[in-house]
Amino acid sequence: MKIGALKETWPGEARVAMTPQSIAQLTKLGHTCVIEAGAGEAARFDDALYAEAGAEVLPDAAAVYAAADVISKVRAPEMAEVAHVRDGQTIISFIWPAQNAELLEALKAKGATTIAMDMVPRISRAQKMDALSSMANIGGYRAVVEASNNFGRFFTGQITAAGKVPPAKVLVVGAGVAGLAAIGAATSMGAITYAFDVRPEVAEQIESMGAEFVFLDFDEEQTDGAETGGYAAPSSPEFREKQLEKFRELAPEIDIVITTALIPGRDAPVLWTKDMVEAMKPGSVIVDLAAEKGGNCELTVEGEKIETANGVTIVGYTDLPSRMATQSSTLYATNIRHMMDDLTPEKDGVINHNMEDDVIRGATVTHAGEITFPPPPPKTKAIAAVKKEKVPEPTAEELRAAEVAAFKQQTKTQVGLLAGGAALLLLIGSIPGMPASFMQHFIVFVLSVFIGFQVIWNVSHSLHTPLMAVTNAISSIIILGALVQVGSSSGLIALLAALAIFMCGINIFGGFMVTRRMLAMFQKS
Amino acid sequence: MENALLIAAYVVAAILFILSLGGLSGQESAKRAVWYGIAGMALAVLATLMGPGSGLWLLTLILIGMGGLIGWQLANRVQMTQMPELVAAMHSLVGLAAVFVGFNAHIMISTLTGVFAEEGLTLGGTAGDGYAYASLAAYEGLSSFGQLIAKKTSVEIGILRVELVLGIWIGAVTFTGSVIAYGKLAGKVDTAAKKLPGGHLLNATAAVLSVIFAAAYLGGAGTWALIIITLLALFIGYHLIMGIGGADMPVVVSMLNSYSGWAAAAIGFSLGNDLLIVVGALVGSSGAILSYIMCKAMNRSFVSVILGGFGGESGPAMEIDGEMVATDVDAVANALEEADSVVIVPGYGLAVAQAQSAVSEMTKRLRAKGKEVRFAIHPVAGRLPGHMNVLLAEAKVPYDIVLEMDEINDDFPETDVVMIIGANDIVNPAAQEDPNSPIAGMPVLEVWKAKQVFISKRGQGTGYSGIENPLFFKENSRMLYGDAKASLDGLLAKIS
Repeated sequence: MKIGALKETWPGEARVAMTPQSIAQLTKLGHTCVIEAGAGEAARFDDALYAEAGAEVLPDAAAVYAAADVISKVRAPEMAEVAHVRDGQTIISFIWPAQNAELLEALKAKGATTIAMDMVPRISRAQKMDALSSMANIGGYRAVVEASNNFGRFFTGQITAAGKVPPAKVLVVGAGVAGLAAIGAATSMGAITYAFDVRPEVAEQIESMGAEFVFLDFDEEQTDGAETGGYAAPSSPEFREKQLEKFRELAPEIDIVITTALIPGRDAPVLWTKDMVEAMKPGSVIVDLAAEKGGNCELTVEGEKIETANGVTIVGYTDLPSRMATQSSTLYATNIRHMMDDLTPEKDGVINHNMEDDVIRGATVTHAGEITFPPPPPKTKAIAAVKKEKVPEPTAEELRAAEVAAFKQQTKTQVGLLAGGAALLLLIGSIPGMPASFMQHFIVFVLSVFIGFQVIWNVSHSLHTPLMAVTNAISSIIILGALVQVGSSSGLIALLAALAIFMCGINIFGGFMVTRRMLAMFQKS
Repeated sequence: MENALLIAAYVVAAILFILSLGGLSGQESAKRAVWYGIAGMALAVLATLMGPGSGLWLLTLILIGMGGLIGWQLANRVQMTQMPELVAAMHSLVGLAAVFVGFNAHIMISTLTGVFAEEGLTLGGTAGDGYAYASLAAYEGLSSFGQLIAKKTSVEIGILRVELVLGIWIGAVTFTGSVIAYGKLAGKVDTAAKKLPGGHLLNATAAVLSVIFAAAYLGGAGTWALIIITLLALFIGYHLIMGIGGADMPVVVSMLNSYSGWAAAAIGFSLGNDLLIVVGALVGSSGAILSYIMCKAMNRSFVSVILGGFGGESGPAMEIDGEMVATDVDAVANALEEADSVVIVPGYGLAVAQAQSAVSEMTKRLRAKGKEVRFAIHPVAGRLPGHMNVLLAEAKVPYDIVLEMDEINDDFPETDVVMIIGANDIVNPAAQEDPNSPIAGMPVLEVWKAKQVFISKRGQGTGYSGIENPLFFKENSRMLYGDAKASLDGLLAKIS
């Protein structure tokens, strides 16, 4: 199949869906690649690099649409582009199907198969193609960079000859992928970082990244994150009030606020109100990653950086991943490549669009002349559900009782064995005419078996092979019998005895030698 | 040497043997313990040569020397992967020696009966405390062994015959059994479980016939009865082991080990030699315990192993969802580079592929990077109890990172990467999850709890037991197909 990539038409979009690196991987799957001239320019991938990696560079978008069986893009295709789409062509890009019903209709009418990278289900197997996460990660990092760019002080606290510098205080609202990336970047720059999320189960993740979880004293039953595919659910008005109250309390001392709170299929919740902005110190920075969906901050202007009357900078850029185009293109192209990997299970360059597969089904929004959005719920849950019940720990009394019972059982078995053994011995001893000399040997035998059992239980498992070799050597003790017999005047006896001695000789030397050899090999580190 | 002195020497030897076995409780003390064993054996042989065995010193020493030379050569040349074969071969020698010594006792009894008859006496014939040999003119001319038997009363002679029949019978079973076990382990005999038509019935018939002929022999029948018993025992040994498959070999070998001990003990009774009895009992119980441990590790009763084959399935096997996902050396190398803790599970496949030194080298490199690398050994991994430990020791893997199943099973959830090399049934989750599985209830290594599992395997086939392994279908499992040694060498090239 031919995979094509287009130059993005959206103003300011610098990303590209294919990189020279991903071309090499796609070729391994048996595909060939075409790319529109200049597609990777803004992300610093030259046409020559693409050609070198084995892609055919075509002059314009129309040529790519004509040549390729699969079109990969970053932004959803615009209506003008849809005109080029052919029947049976596959389109892979961000689609936002819930907001773009018109586009879906158009693609359906064209008979195209559309895979929305933003609809990839959030299950472990699909993480490698989760473009939302990979982009959010970049957005979170870039948000900290933007904040620091607009912030007039150090992030880290320092004590210098020129005076003491207090560390910056950063609050990250929403600890999803972007939020956690922002926490990581901010803490590694030395800021004191706080983070808030409505899902209490992420507290552990926040703390693992080095931030402090802002704890909200509110005991409402929270929706388990596992139910909603790992996203936060809208919270109750009471909870929201409590939350805003906490933010209001924090606002005066926070230098930098990074908001990342999004609820799928809705406008972003307003969490940082006007009065909170007014309460902040001059020079503070707010970076609103939810700007595209209306913003978490009341004053955010989509796509712009503004400064309020009290000197607070509010960054509302919506193209943060695009601002790091080389990095984001590399990751996005890898996500696309993994999607192609799943679409070509045989690695023979033939696409098998398996609608039974959870991941492919979930991401496909139009297929075979039908709109297949919204998908049925995936069979696998995003995150393992929280265990509802714990097995009650056995109490001390129960443990004690179990111990006693085990001890009793042990005693019973032992007494039983002893009684049985004693009875058997008495039985043998009471056979009429049993000579005492036999009984003497018999005692020796029974005692030896007893000692044997006691001793062998202590042998370490790892030494079982040497144990067998050494018992082998010492079972050649039978040589004593042969030694006694070999002096006999009967020729046959002497011969058999001599053979036995010979064989035992092999065994004694062989057994002990090989045991020694093995034991010498066991070394401590 | 005086009789009392001889017994004293035997007591010392017996204590040395006990210490020698007891010392095997730890790797370091074991190195000393083997010298106790050697000293005990030397003492026992010397004392016997000084005492009742005196006479043919030169011949004896030459024979021991020749045998010793061969044994020495064998011990130094054997590959550690061939240990099971060597052990089995050695068992066969003990078995055969027991048969010979037993026959000698029988011949001596017959000869003495003749000698006594010439003088108008019966062997052991005098009633009460009086011994018939006292009036035997030829007594002084008998060898020490002859004198020993001549002194016995008729009841003692009767018991002696029982003991020697037992000794010969067990010895003969051990002999052919070990030869077949050796053949199977060395690949010279087909390892699949095979039975002649008639199966267990044939064995049972042979056993019953043995009892009948033993009764006949004790009732006065001559040498022919003893020979028939021996032949029957040889057949049982052959047929019994032929019917047991390759993976049950750990039980078979330890069982034969046990038999060789019991044979020695039986011969000890017939010769009235306490040292033989002591050592035979020690070896016999040691082998019995090993067999027990092996059976428990496979969750099977001793009888079912001996009778061969797995029990019938009690229901349909659980459905397995998912698919086997193949991976390549690069992916495994990456995962190992990223992991902090690695557990390696070796199985018989490691021994077959001779991959132990490659594993050792990989371990060394990973440990040098500060990763925690450990080995998990299932009790029945390999073809001999403790086989894997010896192989890894040979490849210079330090023994303190080689752990038993019970020691490591709880650590799997915290393990990043588990690497399974040539093992199958011992890591099969069906043993715990599927009550209908033929191996249900068998203790297994819970590798599937680890974050990632790589399985190095030759192909997609099932393990020895012929059951599907759901582990291979789990989401965190990846299959690395190919010869274990080739795969590991490939990995070594990627891990610096």
